[in-house]
Order: sequence, then structure tokens, then C-alpha cells
Amino acid sequence: MITQLIFRALDRKAVWLVSILLLVSFAIPFANLVLPDSSPFHLPNYAVPLFGKYVTYAMLALALDLVWGYCGILSLGHAAFFALGGYAMGMYLMRQIGTRGVYGDPILPDFMVFLNYKSLPWFWYGFDNFWFAALMVVLVPAILAFIFGFLAFRSRVTGVYLSIITQAMTYALLLAFFRNDLGFGGNNGLTDFKDILGFNVQAQATRAALFAASVIALSVAVLVCSAIVNSKLGKVMVAIRDAESRTRFLGYRVDNVKLFAFVVSAVIAGVAGALYVPQVGIINPGEFSPANSIEVVIWTAVGGRGTIIGPIIGGLLVNAGKSIFTGVWPEYWLYALGALFVLVTLFMPKGIVGLIRSIFTRKNPARADNTQPEETGQTDRPLITDAQPGPAE
Amino acid sequence: MFDELAHRLPNPPHKRDGVPRWTGNNRVKHTAQHLLPGGGDWERGRRTLGGFVLLMAFLTACLLIAVPPAMAQTADLPALVNALGQGGFPEREKAIDALVATSDVHVPAILQALSDGNLYTRKSDALVVLATKAGDAYALKDPVSGSALGTATSDDIEKIKVNNGLRGKIRTEIGEMTLLSTDRATRLSAAQSVLKTADPATLDLLKKALAAETDPQIKNVMELAEAVIILKTNASIDEKRAAIATVISHGDRDAQTVLLAALQTAPDELKPVIEDGLASISRSLQLWDIAQNLIYGTSLASVLLLAAIGLAITFGVMGVINMAHGEMVMLGAYVTFVVQNLIATYVPGLAEYAMAFSIPAAFLFTALVGVCIERGVIRWLYGRPLETLLATWGISLILQQAVRTIFGANNRLVAPPNWMTGAFELGGLTITWNRLWIVVFAVLVFTALQLVLNRTPLGLQMRAVTQNRRMASAMGIRTPFVDAMTFGLGSGVAGLAGVALTQIDNVSPGMGQNYIIDSFMVVVFGGVGNLWGTLIGAVSLGMANKFLEPYAGAVLAKIIILVLIILFIQRRPRGLFALKGRAIEQ
Repeated sequence: MITQLIFRALDRKAVWLVSILLLVSFAIPFANLVLPDSSPFHLPNYAVPLFGKYVTYAMLALALDLVWGYCGILSLGHAAFFALGGYAMGMYLMRQIGTRGVYGDPILPDFMVFLNYKSLPWFWYGFDNFWFAALMVVLVPAILAFIFGFLAFRSRVTGVYLSIITQAMTYALLLAFFRNDLGFGGNNGLTDFKDILGFNVQAQATRAALFAASVIALSVAVLVCSAIVNSKLGKVMVAIRDAESRTRFLGYRVDNVKLFAFVVSAVIAGVAGALYVPQVGIINPGEFSPANSIEVVIWTAVGGRGTIIGPIIGGLLVNAGKSIFTGVWPEYWLYALGALFVLVTLFMPKGIVGLIRSIFTRKNPARADNTQPEETGQTDRPLITDAQPGPAE
Repeated sequence: MFDELAHRLPNPPHKRDGVPRWTGNNRVKHTAQHLLPGGGDWERGRRTLGGFVLLMAFLTACLLIAVPPAMAQTADLPALVNALGQGGFPEREKAIDALVATSDVHVPAILQALSDGNLYTRKSDALVVLATKAGDAYALKDPVSGSALGTATSDDIEKIKVNNGLRGKIRTEIGEMTLLSTDRATRLSAAQSVLKTADPATLDLLKKALAAETDPQIKNVMELAEAVIILKTNASIDEKRAAIATVISHGDRDAQTVLLAALQTAPDELKPVIEDGLASISRSLQLWDIAQNLIYGTSLASVLLLAAIGLAITFGVMGVINMAHGEMVMLGAYVTFVVQNLIATYVPGLAEYAMAFSIPAAFLFTALVGVCIERGVIRWLYGRPLETLLATWGISLILQQAVRTIFGANNRLVAPPNWMTGAFELGGLTITWNRLWIVVFAVLVFTALQLVLNRTPLGLQMRAVTQNRRMASAMGIRTPFVDAMTFGLGSGVAGLAGVALTQIDNVSPGMGQNYIIDSFMVVVFGGVGNLWGTLIGAVSLGMANKFLEPYAGAVLAKIIILVLIILFIQRRPRGLFALKGRAIEQ
């Protein structure tokens, strides 16, 4: 069973993608650390954490794609899982500061001393241990996604209503994390990190390592997603996306399939957030803002939803575009982003990947496939035929 | 309620609830403090006079604050003031009488300075000056205008002496000038400060003032003050009992504070009376609190209703979640701003009625923008509701940035017309006019929309399209036209909301974002079956929020409401008033 899953994950496209990613995870640190400044291929120091940030964003877009592109659940709250993972990592990093903080308290982070905390709140226990923090990075988003998804999918909240309550969820978390008395640093969030696993987070080598770790995590996420969508379960997910009621009437447990996809997606988002925080050096409640979650949707849409590589391309391209744009014409970035939203939904519903694929398809009709969502939301189109009726597990 | 998005700290909601943008009082306060001769120097009064000096300083300060600076001084006031420096005590007494006879607003302050020993005669020209010690020298000021007159050494000036008889006279005169003043505001602030300090020395004066008082509000305050003073003195038990009854009959928060203080010092036989009184006051206060919460809730509900009702129309009829809805609200607010400025520039006489022009202008403009958006973007996306959400989000970003480019990122001020400023009191409640008008406006808009939907051909067509699009189309209804009109109507109503919100919120490019999530919550909670759902949604969310706020705080109240909505949607995935039947299922 497991070997079968791995074998499925290693279909040709995923292998190519992972190989390229692993190459990148080696090449970028190499270009930054080893090549001399004079080399035309030398990468300046600021670029490494910047690229690392893009990679974590791409991972977040991939997570969203798993639920939106393959399962038809448009979550407008995925930034919440990302931020929760980030906070778990941030808590670990805060505990590593120790006596080097402004107030020099060996246990309490600076903001707690400032807010007159007498002792560490119970939910901060254990975060001085990296592996405990890593476990929380996975568990916290997973548990939230499980509870939320369990309630929502069981009650058959779908479509726009689901999107709106996911937005309400991230908004509620935004407000909660702004509160000082929640014990997560309030408005300022967690910052001023020193060490990760004993290495200085500011050091260039650490940053290169974090970049490599991000790319490797993305590769693992690609393999996981690829395994899921190529399995029978993946076919059922696509069936749910295209005709939920019909899939349910055929006897599939639609709620369970959706819940599974939602939880896996939340975990990927959480890991992405955990890798994001040490590279940008701060996590604050702004990460929970609903606008962030909506932006993730556009990365996925630009790249091409319903594909594995699409959201990665989208996440990298849009964010690189944002960095360039906000540097050169800061006042026009919102115009560009807004136009991107409108134009992509109007003219490129399948994104960049869909566009390229349609060019190929025109040349070679045999390569046409039906993994992409159709352009219309009509429900009375034929079901995907290769999913066999039976329990989804 | 949910009035913050994105990167900013969530403000306490309705931070200006009950407070107009700027009030006349604030302004006067600032200016008056500028004009105040000698600043707070009187407060450094002689301790021998004890609390009374403090009281009087307070009285005069209150007095000056309450008096508009526009009130001109009496022409011969400087001459009369200079007379204070001449002759001995009998002449001084006459000069004081003459000053009091002018009833000028500056007189109490000047007399207070005299009593405190801050008035001096300049030897060179016999001018009476207000002197404060600054190092070795004295800083001189004109006692009337407060303008600086340079400095002098102790040899140059001579203190105007007063004896205890004169001090007593001054005390009475100042008290009479304030408590017995002909100006209502002066009397009120004097009475309130007597209530705050409750100095037994003022009792006789207070009784005199009370006998002459006709204004019920001031009389109220004075009675309370009298009772408080009696409770402090060694009056007989019966007198005190009567005083306690007076306090209890007032039944407000001041009375509660007074009784709590009295409870500490009261003789044992009075304690049960006071405790009973406290209990009855807290009962009535609780009732007033509930009433006040109802009013806050209604006010919030009206804002939510205005913001959400346009969304309910577009979502209900077209299944489009219009993320640019908040920007329509924002455009409506900016139209109000532009119309106000145009009118102020070209027809200043109509400035008071700018609202009357803003309302149709905002409706038409935003409706036009809405129709353009529908024709340009949304009509290509029917049947893909999630993607309209993305496209309209893009539009909202563009609109925000466009407004930022044209008008700048700063907040714009829409000055409220006079009839919308200020507040009035109703029993223990304070109601601001702007909030009240917004409630009225929301009710009018709601009624008008109900009429449009139920009594016009367009409304009939909209309802037909809502219930069964294909059937309506088969019956010859031009569904694309209905869609465009519906979107225009929804956007226009959002514009109207923008007009109303200029009165309680800042007009800024990001203001729409503050309302979009609120609007969603209302619509999702109420369901899209009909507008009553939106009304009930707005009222329940508004009320729930305001009743939770006192216990949980503003932010936590919002969080609780959001979580409750999420849970509610589990029970009723299509809101309170869902359309039944196959047509609404995806």
C-alpha cells in the first residue's frame, strides 16, 4: 500500500519537479556562500532569505491548491494555518533568546517582562525544545483544521458560505492575537530572534541552510500532494470538486475526503509558516489578516489551480513581481495586483500552466487531460470516469 | 462591530460613540485656557482659607471654561480694577462693589486673585497688575486681558492688602456671581463644582441660590449638592434622613457615589436607609444600562444594516459575493465629501443642506460604477461564484488605490450639519443626534428597498430571477438587464451607506475594508431569502455585540460573535432565512 503510494507519487512530472527543486536547494546556497563576489553568478546576501520567503509562500499556495484546485474548497483562511505554524516556530525562537533579551530574563520573553507576567503561561511550556515546537507546528494547524473542517463539512457548508466562514475564522484569530493578554506578544508579535538549533539566525550560513530546508520541505510537500492526487482518493477529491452531490449519492463519504484534504493542507501551510518565520525574523498578527489569505488564492490562480506545479510557479512569480513592483513603482502595486485578480479570473481561469498546456494540447490533442477544473460551474457534466465506486478509504 | 481589517491594530469599536467629532465645548475650552490670565496660579491659593479657596478657584476655572471668549469685557473694567489699588479698606470695598456691579465675566477671577494676594499696584503708574513670583523678580500681567506686562522687582510693586472681612465679602460675591449668575451655563457649572467639592461653607449660599433657581436641571444638581453637604455636616438625624431621601430620589451614578461615601461616615441608625437606597439605585441603574445598551445596539445595527443590505441584494439575486462592496461604501463617502466641498465653494448658503444633494449624488454615482463593474467583469463570470469573489476583490484593490491617488491617503473630513451634531438626554440616557439620524436613515432605506422589491416591475423581475433564473428567462425577462440593474441597485445602496458613515467614521480609502467582513457576517447570518433576514441579522449582531461588550471588552466581543456565527452556520448552512427548493442549491 505504502510502496504503491510512493510509486504513484513518483510519476514523471513530480520527479522532474522535485529534481529541479533539489538542484535549486543546492545551487542557491552555493551561489551565495561559495562563489566569490566577483563571479557573475554570485548571489547577494539579502537575496537568500528573500528567495526563502518566496519558497515558503509557494508552499502555502500549494497547500491551498490541494483543497481548492483539487477538492473545490475555496478557503479564505489559509493564512491562519500558515501564521499558526509561524507562531509555534516563533515561540521556540523566543525561548532560545534566553538572557540576551533587553530585560535579560532567562525564562520570560521580553514582551512578557514588559507586560508584567510573573511566570510563563502554560501554553509556552515545552517550546524551548525544538522537537516539541516542530510537533506543534504540525499539530496546532492540524487540530484547528480538523475541528473546523469536521464541523463545516459535516453540516455541508459549501461554496461561498464556506469561504466566508473561513474568512471569519482567520479574522477572529487576527483579533485574538492582537490582544496582549492572549500571551503572544499582541500587536508586535514575536521578533528579535537570536538562535535556531544553536545557530545564529542572522548568519549567512544559517540562512542558506534555512533556504535549503524550505526547498526540501516544498519537495516533500510536492511528493505528498502528488501521491494524494494520483491516488484513488485524489480522483474522489476531483469528483467532489466537480459534482459534490453526485459523488455523495454514489456512496462516497464526501465529508471525510474533504476533511482529510483540509487537514493535510493545513499541515503543509503550518510547516511553510514555520520556515517563513526564521527567515523574515518576525511573526505578528498581521499574518492572519483576511487580505493575506485572499492573496494566496491569487497566487494559486495565476499559476494554475488543479496542478501541482501551478501554485508553485504562481507563488514564486507573483511574489517576485511584488518585490520588484513595490521597489520600482510602489504606488502602482495595488493596481497591478487588482488587475491581476480581474484578468486572471476573466482570461486565464486555468492559470499559466493551463495556458501552456492548452498550447501543447493544440499541437498534440492526445495529451489533453481532465485534471483541470472546467471553466463553467455547471453541475450536470459527466463525472470523472476512472474513479471506481466504493468507500473512499 | 468588526470594523477593522488587515494590518492595523483593531481600534475599540465606535470610539466616538456618543461623541461628536468636535463639540463647541472643546473649542471654547482651548481658547478660554489661552485667555486665562495667569494660568492656574490661583490654585496656589492660601492654605489658611482651606478648601474654600480651592473651591473658588475651581469655580472660577469652570466659569471661564464655560464662557465663550466672544463675550466682550465691559469697557471701563480696567479703570474699575485700577480703583482696587487706591485708598484703604473702605474704598477697596466700594471698588469691589463697583466691579461686581458690572457682572463682567472676568470679575470673579480678578476678585479671587485679590483674595489670594496676587494683585499688586505698580508704583510707577499706579496700575493694578497680576504678579507671580519668577525667581527674584515678578512676572506682571494685566489682570483683565492676561497680556504680559514685563517683569518687576519687589521694590517696584506693592501688594494690595485685604483683611479677613474683605475676604469673606469676596467669597460671597464670587459665589453669588456664579451660583446666582444670569447665565445658565455658568450657574450649571458652578452648581456641579459645588456638588463635586461639597464644602460646608457654601451651604448658606447654596440655599439662597436654590430658592432663586428656576431651571429644573440646575435645581436638580443644587438639591443634590445641598443634600451631600448636609450629610457631611453635624446636622440632626432627621435632616440627614431627608437629605438621603433627596439623594436616593436622584437615582443616578452621582447619587450612588455620594451614598457610598456617606455610608462610611453615617451614624448606625442611618446605615440601613442608605443601604436600601443603594440597592434601589443599582436596580434602576441596571435598567438604564440595559436601555443604553439597547440604544447602542440599535445604532450599531443600523450601521450594519446599511452596510450589508446592498450586499444582500446582489448576493441574493445574483449569487455574487461582491468583495468590492466595501469600496462602494467608500465611494459613497467620497461623493459626499466632494459634494460638500462643491457646495461650500459655489453655493455656501446651502452648506447646511449638503446632505440632501449628497444622497442622490452618491446613490447615482455608485450605482453607475456598479453597473459598469457588472457589465465589464461580472457578467462573464456567472455560474462561477468563487471567481467573482476574486475578480471583485481585484476591483476593490484598484478602486482603493485610485481613490488614494486622487484624494490622497489622509482622512477627509465631512463636516456634520448643525442638526446632526450634539446629543440630548433622555432620562439616564445620552443619545447623539448623528446616531439617531442614521437609525432613521437606515429605516428609510430599508423601507424604500422593500417597496422597490415588492411594488415595482423591476422588483418583481428581480424576485423572479432570484427564485428561478432559467424559468424567469423563459418567461421573457431579460435576465442580463435585471442583473445589471440589481448590481446597480445594490451598489447604490452601498453608496447611501457611505453617506451615512461619513457622520460617524473617517473618510479614507481603506474605510470600506472595515465594513466588508461585517456585511458578510450579517448577510450570511440572515440568509438571502429576503431583506427581513438582513434586518434581523443586523439587529441581532448589533445587539449581541453591544451587550457582550461590557463583559468581554470590545475585541473579545467581536471574536465571540465571529465564533458564534461560525457555529451558527453549522446549524443553518444557508442562514436564518434561506430560500427553500432546488433552485438555490448549487
